[in-house]
Amino acid sequence: MAFEQPPKKQIPTQKKVKRLSIALALLALYIWTFISIDIEWKEAFNRFASNYNVVVPQLFSPNWARAGEVIEKMIETVFIAYVGSLAAAILAVPLGFLSAINMTNSRVLSTVGKWILSAVRAFPEIILAIMFVVVVGPNPFAGILAIAIGSTGMLGKLYAEILESIDMNVVEAMQANGANKIQIMFHGIIPQVIPEFLSYAIYRFEIDVRASTILGYVGAGGIGTMIFFAYSNRNWSDMGMILLVIIVVVTLIDYGSSYIRKRIV
Amino acid sequence: MANNINKPSLNDDRYAPLLSPWRAKAKVSLVFFIILFFLWYSSRTTGVDFGDLIMGFTNMGQIIDKLFPINMDVLAPAFDRLIETIHMAIIASTFSTIIVVPVSLLAANNITHNWFVYNTTRLIMNILRTIPDVVLAVIFVGIFGTGPIGGIVALFIFSLGILAKLISETVEAIDMQPIEAMRASGANTIQSISYGVMPQVAPQFTSFALYVFEINIRASVVIGLVGAGGIGQLLMSQFSFNNYGAVMTIILVIFIVVVIIEYISTKIREAII
Repeated sequence: MAFEQPPKKQIPTQKKVKRLSIALALLALYIWTFISIDIEWKEAFNRFASNYNVVVPQLFSPNWARAGEVIEKMIETVFIAYVGSLAAAILAVPLGFLSAINMTNSRVLSTVGKWILSAVRAFPEIILAIMFVVVVGPNPFAGILAIAIGSTGMLGKLYAEILESIDMNVVEAMQANGANKIQIMFHGIIPQVIPEFLSYAIYRFEIDVRASTILGYVGAGGIGTMIFFAYSNRNWSDMGMILLVIIVVVTLIDYGSSYIRKRIV
Repeated sequence: MANNINKPSLNDDRYAPLLSPWRAKAKVSLVFFIILFFLWYSSRTTGVDFGDLIMGFTNMGQIIDKLFPINMDVLAPAFDRLIETIHMAIIASTFSTIIVVPVSLLAANNITHNWFVYNTTRLIMNILRTIPDVVLAVIFVGIFGTGPIGGIVALFIFSLGILAKLISETVEAIDMQPIEAMRASGANTIQSISYGVMPQVAPQFTSFALYVFEINIRASVVIGLVGAGGIGQLLMSQFSFNNYGAVMTIILVIFIVVVIIEYISTKIREAII
């Protein structure tokens, strides 16, 4: 009656030990996490029970009276994202060329460029915004600078990756024909990379619209200022209106940008 | 007369057509001017003032005086809060990676053939992804009160949106033949998913989980600013006391931790895929 089972796959001991130690390390990590995190579950549950009926129904009944004001601030937010990501798209070009190993032909320069870019990427936008609010004061310009610097890190990295993947035969052929550096740049390299550069810049604009909605929280302009006031006053129906506008605008921009990106590439 | 042979006109067929015909040139120039116009218009409305920037940089000396010397007293509380931030990111990423399994299967059109379920799941996930992390934090801090729990729930929802998109796309790209073969030999849905789908997506799944953990560390810094626990909360309180030396210390701590975690997670991801 018993079917003959297929032979079990043999797993080498070394692999078993490795798997077991990874599992134990993960287990230790979770035990440490759940023991040392400081959450008062009971109090949190009580707060949830008492606040739920205050917050959630109001969130879903947005305050239409303030729609005009909210939309105006959202447009400002989109402008901040636009100027910031355009500046980043330009700033990232030299850094991208610096980090691409086939452009500089120097391991040192490319490593330096990559380090600069990952250092920039390590700062969340809102922290950059805090720093620029200290530098230029609390206005949308601080937000633009934060977005510009923050996006340069990611765009520079992507640009460098694109540059490293281009067809170098074209460049070599031009060199062999006696083209100078500038000619190679404009006729050999740029035509190959421009569609992808543009596509990533537009994609980054999409991300920047999301990112710049929160910059106003530290005073750097845009709809974040309204989030700050609505939250301070616990005005959840205003918050619902803000949320609705953000969702609609971000969705529209996502659709528009993915349409344009499909046309470009 | 003989010279004319050497001087063909541009319209002559012997010339290759120009690389950029005037129509394309006009289009590119038009796009260029539209971009410039928007730049001018939005710079004007947002009050871009490069004078301010230059002034700001000339004032940089004063700001550096404000930010430095960094205040080392804040280092011990910063370290405690940092541990809390990491805990929040671990818990949120764990729960979202668990919950995302059924959600991403429902949002993959090769697994879920029910048109209504598929589109509803996708719609909900797309809406979740449009909400900025800070807004989620504000809402959940409003519900749960200040402290890490609001932050954890916010991070959970935030990473669920990202993971659901990434993983459902991976599931949609898998090879369906093993699953068809399993169905044909009588496997039920659960069996075909756990033996047919899961092994194919496991490496990407792990990689995305680590990626989301990385994003969560960054995001938990940010959502702390609204009182959702972690190092961001400390940063915000020092910032509102204009205690810039301490702010700079915290920023440096965050910077170092983000770099270290990004490095480790990149190494692990490279090893997996």
